[in-house]
Amino acid sequence: MQKYSVPFLVVVLLVGLVACAQTGFMDLYIQSIVLFMGINIILSSSLNIVNGYMGEFACGHAAFMAVGAYVSSTLNVWLFTQDKFFGPPVLSPDLALYFFPVVLLAGGVVAALAGILIAIPSFKTRGDYLAIITIAANYIVTSTIINMDSIGGARGFMGMKKILFAMSDTVDLPWILIWVVISTVLTIWIIRRFVSSTYGKGIIAICQDEVAAEIMSVNTNKMKLIAFMLSSGLAGIAGGLYAHILGYINPGSFGILKSTECLVMVYLGGMGSLSGSVISAILFTLLLEVLRFVIPWMDTVMHWAYLLPDGYHLSQVWKWVFIPMILILLMQFRPEGIMGNRELSDFFPKLKKFYSFK
Amino acid sequence: MLASILQNIINALQWGSFYSLIALGYTLVYGVLLLINFAHGDIFMVGAYIAFFVATFFLSMTTLPGWMVLALTIPLGMILTALVGVSLERIAYRPLRRKGAHRLYVVITALMCGLVLENGNLALLGASRKSFPELIDKVVYTVGTVTMTNLKVAVILSALLTFAILQFIVTKTKIGMAMRAISYDKFAVPLMGIPIDTVIVFTFVLGSAFAGLAGLLFALSYPILDPYMGAMIGWKAFIAAVVGGIGDIRGAFFGGFLLGFVEILVVAFFPSTYRDLIAFSILLVILCIKPTGLFGVAKTTKI
Repeated sequence: MQKYSVPFLVVVLLVGLVACAQTGFMDLYIQSIVLFMGINIILSSSLNIVNGYMGEFACGHAAFMAVGAYVSSTLNVWLFTQDKFFGPPVLSPDLALYFFPVVLLAGGVVAALAGILIAIPSFKTRGDYLAIITIAANYIVTSTIINMDSIGGARGFMGMKKILFAMSDTVDLPWILIWVVISTVLTIWIIRRFVSSTYGKGIIAICQDEVAAEIMSVNTNKMKLIAFMLSSGLAGIAGGLYAHILGYINPGSFGILKSTECLVMVYLGGMGSLSGSVISAILFTLLLEVLRFVIPWMDTVMHWAYLLPDGYHLSQVWKWVFIPMILILLMQFRPEGIMGNRELSDFFPKLKKFYSFK
Repeated sequence: MLASILQNIINALQWGSFYSLIALGYTLVYGVLLLINFAHGDIFMVGAYIAFFVATFFLSMTTLPGWMVLALTIPLGMILTALVGVSLERIAYRPLRRKGAHRLYVVITALMCGLVLENGNLALLGASRKSFPELIDKVVYTVGTVTMTNLKVAVILSALLTFAILQFIVTKTKIGMAMRAISYDKFAVPLMGIPIDTVIVFTFVLGSAFAGLAGLLFALSYPILDPYMGAMIGWKAFIAAVVGGIGDIRGAFFGGFLLGFVEILVVAFFPSTYRDLIAFSILLVILCIKPTGLFGVAKTTKI
């Protein structure tokens, strides 16, 4: 019972979501919210490896997302679709279904290799200097993509929707939903396994004291390399999924603002808390969507109360004023985030009876 | 050939001046508090907008000549921008500092404050771009084939002047000594009877005022204002400050000009889309070779 409760729940979640999507119980809007939740969970928990568990301050997470997104999109478009630039499909579009996880992983691997770009400087530098290196890396990646005309440059890149249609034509299921759920669960599982293993404890040791960790035979350089590569690889997978959901990507959408979103989710959830990352990603996605409806409502109420002049209406831009405000307030009153370096089972010890999550 | 090189150098000096002015503010705050004030670029943006409003107010309400309006706008804009910077410190950073929160939380708060300023501006004033009024007549000096306007000269001179003033304040005055003391040891300083909060507020006043000046000069040089103008230039100025060696006035000044030169020269010889790519790659290489920046001093960690 204890052993199988978590896998059982995961299977129930997957089957439930797919059933809801197939029967039309969830419309496309709700589906897209669920998809973005999954992607945000992957992003925040993967950034948590570096920022939370290792205690560094990396703020260029969107760069790896961009690498993963572009690599998997170009691979898929080149292999399976008729494209202006890449010509006819190399393989039959029926195979897209089976190759999708491989392509996604390829994007992740290339993103992990891009992670070396900032892992190498991180051997020598710490703290604020590393923050700069990551920001610079973010700019370097986006401007590299802008200068690659073969994949659209600044105009962006599209054609990923065809892959989804090809997959649905083979077997009629909401494939992207399935892959997002599977990737999310796998991400959480990998990170959980990694940081609770003896090997992964080295990362937490680096967070506590790097010099002492080095003396206690933790190979800090190797550990940093692994942490950065794991973090950026997972972000690459998230980027690949993101690209296939939207069907259109452009370098501008992977700028500093996207990186800031990832940071917000990590610090909202609590550094070094996996359940915190998951909860905060879900909350953050919901908050974005809820504000979409709340702002017009607020506008109506305030006009009704004569608080606003007639010509002025609250626009959706206010969303990005309220969210930072909420975070600033959170930092004032609960700076450690929602969970603050603890997991769910630390809050509710009785939960341990029902599951073993290793 | 020589003329075009000289022309590029003049342009780079002007472009680097903006970076330097912003990087100086970054460095001041960082040197004293060890806090990356990510809202600084947006304070620069606020400074440009404040200058715009002050200038248009004077132009519409009074019949003063342009140079008088400029002479009034400079101090007023600087004071008002300094007020914005100080109120940020009061509202957002100080309570966290009092609680002894982790430095990273303050950095995140700063990042969020920047977003609030940017998007608040966009939400309040709308997306229509404001164009800055022309206050002084453009005078073009031509030396041989190299042209420069009076504005360019003014920008470069004000960057130099700012650097001199800040260098003087930090190294020669009592309050500058207090600043250096705080960055040296934050815990012993209050015990010596130095009012730590006053010094920090003064730091923010200095940094924000010069960001306001930079905003005004930027608005004069490139008279189209938009709410996101501070974000990009702020990030870049910060990277420039780090390359120079953050926490060091000379480093920030030099780093700003270095970034300006690199960007202008890249645009001169490559397509302009390569600007960010090459500039940041060069900076990354510099940081890999000298991890603490050009003027930075390596700190030893005690075990």
